Amino acid sequence: MSVSAETDHSIPAASDRRRRLFQFGMSAPGALATSVLVLFALGIVLFLSFRTNDGSLLGSGFTVGNFASALSDPLYATVILRSLTIAGLVTLATVVTAYPVAYYLAFHAGKHRGLLLFIVTLPFWTSYLLRVFAWKVVLAYNGVLNSALLNTGITSEPILAFLNTPAAVVVTLAHAYAAFAILPIYVALENVPKSLIEAAEDLGARPFSIFRRIILPISMPGVLGAGLVVFVPTVGDYVTPALVGGPSSTLIGSMIQAQFGKANDWPFGAALSVIVMLVILAVVVAARFADKHFGSRT
Amino acid sequence: MSAHRSTGRAWLRFYIVAYVVFLYLPIAIIPIFSFNNSIQAAFPLSGFTLEWYGSLLNNENLHRAFTTSLIVGFSAAFLATTIGVTVGYMEVAGGDRVSRIISSMARLPILIPGVIVGIALLILVNLAGLGPSRIAIVLGHTLVALPTAVVIMRGRFLALPKSFSEVAMDLGAHEWTTFRRIVLPLAAPAIASSFMLSFLTSFDEFIVAFFLSGTEPTLPLFVWGQLRFPKALPSVMALGSVILLASIVIATAAEIIRRRGAPVYDLPVTAKGNLPIS
Repeated sequence: MSVSAETDHSIPAASDRRRRLFQFGMSAPGALATSVLVLFALGIVLFLSFRTNDGSLLGSGFTVGNFASALSDPLYATVILRSLTIAGLVTLATVVTAYPVAYYLAFHAGKHRGLLLFIVTLPFWTSYLLRVFAWKVVLAYNGVLNSALLNTGITSEPILAFLNTPAAVVVTLAHAYAAFAILPIYVALENVPKSLIEAAEDLGARPFSIFRRIILPISMPGVLGAGLVVFVPTVGDYVTPALVGGPSSTLIGSMIQAQFGKANDWPFGAALSVIVMLVILAVVVAARFADKHFGSRT
Repeated sequence: MSAHRSTGRAWLRFYIVAYVVFLYLPIAIIPIFSFNNSIQAAFPLSGFTLEWYGSLLNNENLHRAFTTSLIVGFSAAFLATTIGVTVGYMEVAGGDRVSRIISSMARLPILIPGVIVGIALLILVNLAGLGPSRIAIVLGHTLVALPTAVVIMRGRFLALPKSFSEVAMDLGAHEWTTFRRIVLPLAAPAIASSFMLSFLTSFDEFIVAFFLSGTEPTLPLFVWGQLRFPKALPSVMALGSVILLASIVIATAAEIIRRRGAPVYDLPVTAKGNLPIS
């Protein structure tokens, strides 16, 4: 460790080479992983979506037929619309129910904040499959909810209408992604300057108008971020519809999965995936636009 | 006015309790019925038994799935954390455009639904001649865990005072020495936390692994296979309880380590700067 800054200057070439080597070595893992697993992998999906299915891995020729049949067949239009509706409902339900929790965490939790934050985010780290499975058990015909209702005498017959409905999908997904929504909103609420709230109070503003005119606009980026991280996984989900949704709530994720499974039409599945990614892109752009125009002006 | 406000706060507190109950009640169903002496998961509970846990002990396929999950989880956690450390460091310390782009791309998988990650990697591994295999799942889970790893590491590097590495450089230490002797030890708790949470992400992941597993299913895939048999339901509950317990223990340990290491930032995932769009 006797090398001084001066000797460094006297051998700039060697030092520079070491620096470049370091930077190269440190950049390589990330560059390799993102270019192969993200860029290239998504690139082949895009490529495959313009190919004709001939049973081979990458198909053949060039065609827009996959997109044409996906967009013209009313079946797919229905499923895409249903996916958007269900994902939209789940996103809305998750964000609206999470907001008060984030609000409490940011302004009233006091010394219990760390613990409460941990409690509400812990389910996020448990198995997603098991959480969905738990709902199947709860909602089943001979299941937990029906048997509890029968035992307590609230109903005299099991209610069929729980399982295998779109409502079951919405409830299950909203539960599964609840923890996703709390954190971004909480972070945004943390950024609300306390001085702003105090100033409004001093000027006689009512709590509700403080919330509506100060807190809500400033926390809007968090709300939009929360909406996005809930919307993305729900719009492509195929496990929840399969376990609790029944045939009437097939989502676009289930359709994609089927193309790479039973139906064995990979190019068509790739085209459906591209459509989903375009929808997500549109939602991201809309969220950014909304953030700029209706959100915080800070 | 203040009475008005305190009733509002009481309502809010009541809401928080109800919300936490809603979060945990469905999950609690699994351990409750894992001890129930009946094939059917319904009230009233018919009796206490450990039979279902016993049935897990000599299930050969289950043990193989568990081993696969461990191997895949450790490999994916190692890769995701290594990439998370380098990407996070280069973005924070270097700050050049390329490093920032790489970091955004590493966090991009948050905006890709699992089913698309699954099929994209399925095509990729088939193209590479690997086919569905353990390695394929490792690649998939590395990608799924990557955003979390990058967010944790970059948060930690941002919280490190720049002066530490500046002092080292002024004293003549090269980048690599500074990184290895100063930065890495200071970031050790975050690295451990990132490793554990990446492992957990892989250990519990189903959606992507579904497309990428060959003849060696992971634990969640094994559970999925069992769901077809109504008779296996109680055993699935017992296995599920064990998996839930493992997840809770690992996540809690990761949280404790992270807090000890860095009281400065207190949010692991989905936090500030998490989304590559902002």
